[in-house]
Order: sequence, then C-alpha cells, then structure tokens
Amino acid sequence: MLRLKGVRKVFNQGTINENIALKGLDLELATGDFVTIIGSNGAGKSTLLNSIAGSFGIDAGKIVIDELDVTGKPDYKRAGLIGRVFQDPLQGTAASMTIEENLAMAAVRGKKRGLKIGVNKERRAEFKEYLSLLGLGLEDRLTDKVGLLSGGQRQSLTLLMATIAKPKVLLLDEHTAALDPKTAEQVIQLTKKIVVKNNLTVLMVTHDLNQALNMGNRTIMMDSGEIVLDIKNPARKHMTVDDLLDKFAQKKGKELMNDRILLAQ
Amino acid sequence: MALDVIFSSMEQGLVYGIMALGVYLTFRILDFPDLTVDGSFPLGAAVTAKLIVSGVDPVLATLVAIVIGALAGVITGLLNTKLKITGLLSGILTMTALYSINLRIMGRANIPLLNQETILTKLKAIGLNGEWQAGIFFLVLILALKFLVDWFLHTELGLALRATGDNKQMIRSLGVNTDFMIILGLALSNSLVALSGSLVAQYQGFADVGMGIGMIIIGLASVIIGEVVFSDRIITLATISVIGGSLLYRLAITAALRLGFAPTDLKIVTALLVVIALGAPTLKKELDFSFLSKSST
Ligand SMILES: Nc1ncnc2c1ncn2[C@@H]1O[C@H](COP(=O)(O)OP(=O)(O)O)[C@@H](O)[C@H]1O
Ligand SMILES: [Mg+2]
Repeated sequence: MLRLKGVRKVFNQGTINENIALKGLDLELATGDFVTIIGSNGAGKSTLLNSIAGSFGIDAGKIVIDELDVTGKPDYKRAGLIGRVFQDPLQGTAASMTIEENLAMAAVRGKKRGLKIGVNKERRAEFKEYLSLLGLGLEDRLTDKVGLLSGGQRQSLTLLMATIAKPKVLLLDEHTAALDPKTAEQVIQLTKKIVVKNNLTVLMVTHDLNQALNMGNRTIMMDSGEIVLDIKNPARKHMTVDDLLDKFAQKKGKELMNDRILLAQ
Repeated sequence: MALDVIFSSMEQGLVYGIMALGVYLTFRILDFPDLTVDGSFPLGAAVTAKLIVSGVDPVLATLVAIVIGALAGVITGLLNTKLKITGLLSGILTMTALYSINLRIMGRANIPLLNQETILTKLKAIGLNGEWQAGIFFLVLILALKFLVDWFLHTELGLALRATGDNKQMIRSLGVNTDFMIILGLALSNSLVALSGSLVAQYQGFADVGMGIGMIIIGLASVIIGEVVFSDRIITLATISVIGGSLLYRLAITAALRLGFAPTDLKIVTALLVVIALGAPTLKKELDFSFLSKSST
C-alpha cells in the first residue's frame, strides 16, 4: 500500500545549518496497517509524514502509494490519496467558513472542483450523519463558522474531513498533543472508531508510549532520521513501555528520554 | 443637498461599487492586498474608449475590457506565484507597467467619448430613457454581479478560493492548487475593476490615463465602510454591504465637496476615511481602556 525506499531529506543543504532529517529511510505498509510512530523531538517523525504528503520534495528515494509513484508530485496532486490531521487544531480547517463548507471541501478531496454548488441538500444530510458520529452536537451547527469551535471540536472535525473521502493513507501527526487530556482521549476514541469503520491504513505519530503500544498493529521508533525499532504483532502484544525503553537503550547505547516522553508517562 | 446631487452620487456609488466588489474579492476573500486596481481600472477605460472611437460596438468594447482586465490580474498572480514576488509588490509592478500600457492603448492621455455611441446611449435606443436610465442600469448590473459573485463563492471552486484566502496549507492538503486559485481570484477581481473603469469612462464621457490614481483606496474605503456600517457575517450580506459602502462613500465625498473641500482634496479625505474606519476598533479599545482606568481610581 505504502512503500518508501531510501527516502532522504536534507534541510538547508550546503549551509552551516545543514540538517539531514531523514537518512535514506525504508518503510513498507500493507493495506489496513495501523503504525504508531514514536521518537524524541527532532527525530524526523514530522518530516517523514510531510515527505509522504508532499509538503516538500525529497532529496533522494522513492515514495509509492497504492502502486502509484508520487515521488515528484506536489502535495495537492497526491491529496486524493492522503488524509491528514495536523498537530495544531487551527491548521486543518478554514476558520472563516462554516462546518458544512469545510466538509464540502473535504468531500471532494483530490477531485476536480467545478461550478457545482458546494453544499446541497443531499450533502447536508450526509454531513449531518457523519457529524453525529462525533457525538459533539455539531450536526445541529452546520452553518456555524468553524472559528467558533473549540480546539477539540475542530480537531474532531478535521479527522472527519481527512476521512470523509476515504483516503489510501491517513497521516496523524500528534493530533491530540494540543488538546487537554480529556478531549485528547475523546479524539483518540474517535480516531479508533473511524479507522476501524473505514479499514484505513494509518501512520500516527504520538509521544505517548502507552498509546503507541495500545493502538494499531505495529510501532516504529525513529531516532536521528532513521527507524531504529520496528515492532510488529505478535511480539508487540505483550510489550510494555519499559521493554520499549530498554530496547531503545540496547540499540542506541543511550537513553530515550526527553521531557515530553517523561511527562507522558 | 439637492436631490439631483444625491442622485448623481448614487449613480457613481453604483458604478464604482463594481470596482469595490473586485477589491472585496482580493482583500477580503483571497486575503491578497492587490494594488493592480489603480492600473486595471484605467485599463478598462482605455480599452473601451479606444475601441469605441475606432468604431467597435460599445457592448463588445466593454466585454473586451473585462477580458483584458482579467489578464492584468493574471499577470499580478503569475508574478506572485511563479516568481515569488510579494503580493503587494506584484500588484505595484503591474500597476506601474499598466500606466505605460494604458498610454500606448489610448495613444494620448485622454480620449473624449462625447457624441460617441456608448452602452448608455444604447439604453436610450432600446427605450430606457430619461434621467433615471444610467442609475437603473447600474443598479440592475451591480445586483446581477453581486448575485453572480455570491453564487460563485458557494460553488466548489468558490469554496476553494475562499479557503485559499483562509488557510492555504489546509486546502492544498485537500488537493487544491493554491497558485491557480490566487491567479483565478486576481483575474476575477480585476475583470470587475476593469468593467467598472469601462463603464465610468462611458458614463462620464471620457477616458483619462490618470483616472485610476487612488482607486484602490476608494475600493478599500467602500469595503470597510460597508463592514463597519452593515454586516459581513455571511457572503451574501458582505457583498451587499460593499455596495452600500460604495454608496455611503460617494455621499460622504459629495458632502465633503459641499462643505467646501476642493476636488483635489478628496484623496486626503478618502485616506482619512479609511484611516478612521480601520483605526476605529483600536481607538475604541484605547478609549474604553482609559475610561476603565479612570473609573477604577
Ligand atoms: N522546514 C524545516 N526547515 C529546516 N529544518 C527543519 C524543517 N522541518 C524540520 N526540520 C529539522 O529536521 C529535523 C526533524 O524534524 P521533525 O521531523 O519536525 O522532528 P519530529 O520528530 O520532532 O517531528 C529537526 O532537526 C528539525 O529541526
Ligand atoms: Mg513533529
């Protein structure tokens, strides 16, 4: 489904700030895989997701989604294959537009947009049904501007928008990190529900190690632009956070520690 | 004020309101401060005047002005998206270049259209007569354009345009080429601006190379007055507010003239109007603040 081969990304090449964010990364996902990604700050997790989404070009390697080589394509040309939720709740929605307008834009993700009215009766009914899935009462606020919603509501809406036109790959980049714990938990439950319902292939970055082991069927750990651990079921089933930290220490000869991961425990 | 003075300022408010609708599209919808306007407005006038004196039907001459105006917007859009020149500078560059182009088109600084057939004299021919004709024509036209803009901004393409002005990264991740949307938005905006210029030339009976100076500020004044006095809560209200803003602006200018300002003073009056409208929210906060601190002591 998703194949990365030798993906390399260098920021500020040729300057004193040169930074190799991805060092020839290989990764392969089968359809329906749900992979959680962990790693310290600056490990290259976001860069990996951005490379897949095409936010920027890569310096070497190849990215294939669903047998389609997307390596050279700009983000908007591969958007039909990819659903995305960013860390910042403000990033995934248009604040000045209504809930139904945001959903209407997402419903035609990656398709040609023409002079059809964006929100019609059928769509509205469809949106209502989708929104009721959230259990946030947003189905009765279709014409409210998204800017009026709370961070958690916006992030839930973004999740819905990322999946309403079923993507080949769903990319989640610490999508609950900016939310309070209770809201974060709700969004996580919603994520599980939507992923199962649509049988999606998912890459999810998280700094919560428990969550990383509890969700999905595979966990990879990144460090300095490389994948240092790749743990699949069934081995993953009985793994604890301590096992994970031990494994990392063995592998790298150093401790996996940073404030955020400590805090998350 | 005498009724006929008010009436003629209404006519102007309507015909310049078309330009203000264009400014609304760039400044408010696309969030692109497009200064092309000062050049595309006289461009519309120049193209139309030159074609009319060359014997072309005024309806066709007006349509050509709309298309050429769109092209001016495309150029600003290409400068911004392909050459990565800032939006502000892209517009200034096109506007500056257009000054020479407009002179080239006209062949001189001013083309009179008196005794020429124009869209307005054509109205007479189809029986729309009397002193109301221009006003009614402009009213019908601007309302039609308003509904066209409203409709477009609710289509799939229009939603993408609005999202481009709101959150580029988000709409790109939904598969929209934002560069294309910026160019499209600028083209639509400047076609409205050029149409306005074309009609003003036919209405006042001449095209002049200097008639675009300060046009962007007039457009902005209309948009902002409309927002302050009326409502911009939803698109359909926002566009009618722009038209209302344009009418109020003209009334204010007419009043200023009545108060004894010279016509040459109108630019500073306009600038001050915009300053007041833009500064009002901040000023109000400051005042509230001093009021609060006074009452608390
Ligand atoms: N746009 C950018 N420009 C320059 N450097 C960047 C950019 N994005 C990320 N980096 C650098 O690349 C490295 C990986 O960053 P990132 O992928 O964001 O890490 P994380 O694993 O925390 O998401 C970091 O050293 C970061 O500073
Ligand atoms: Mg990150």
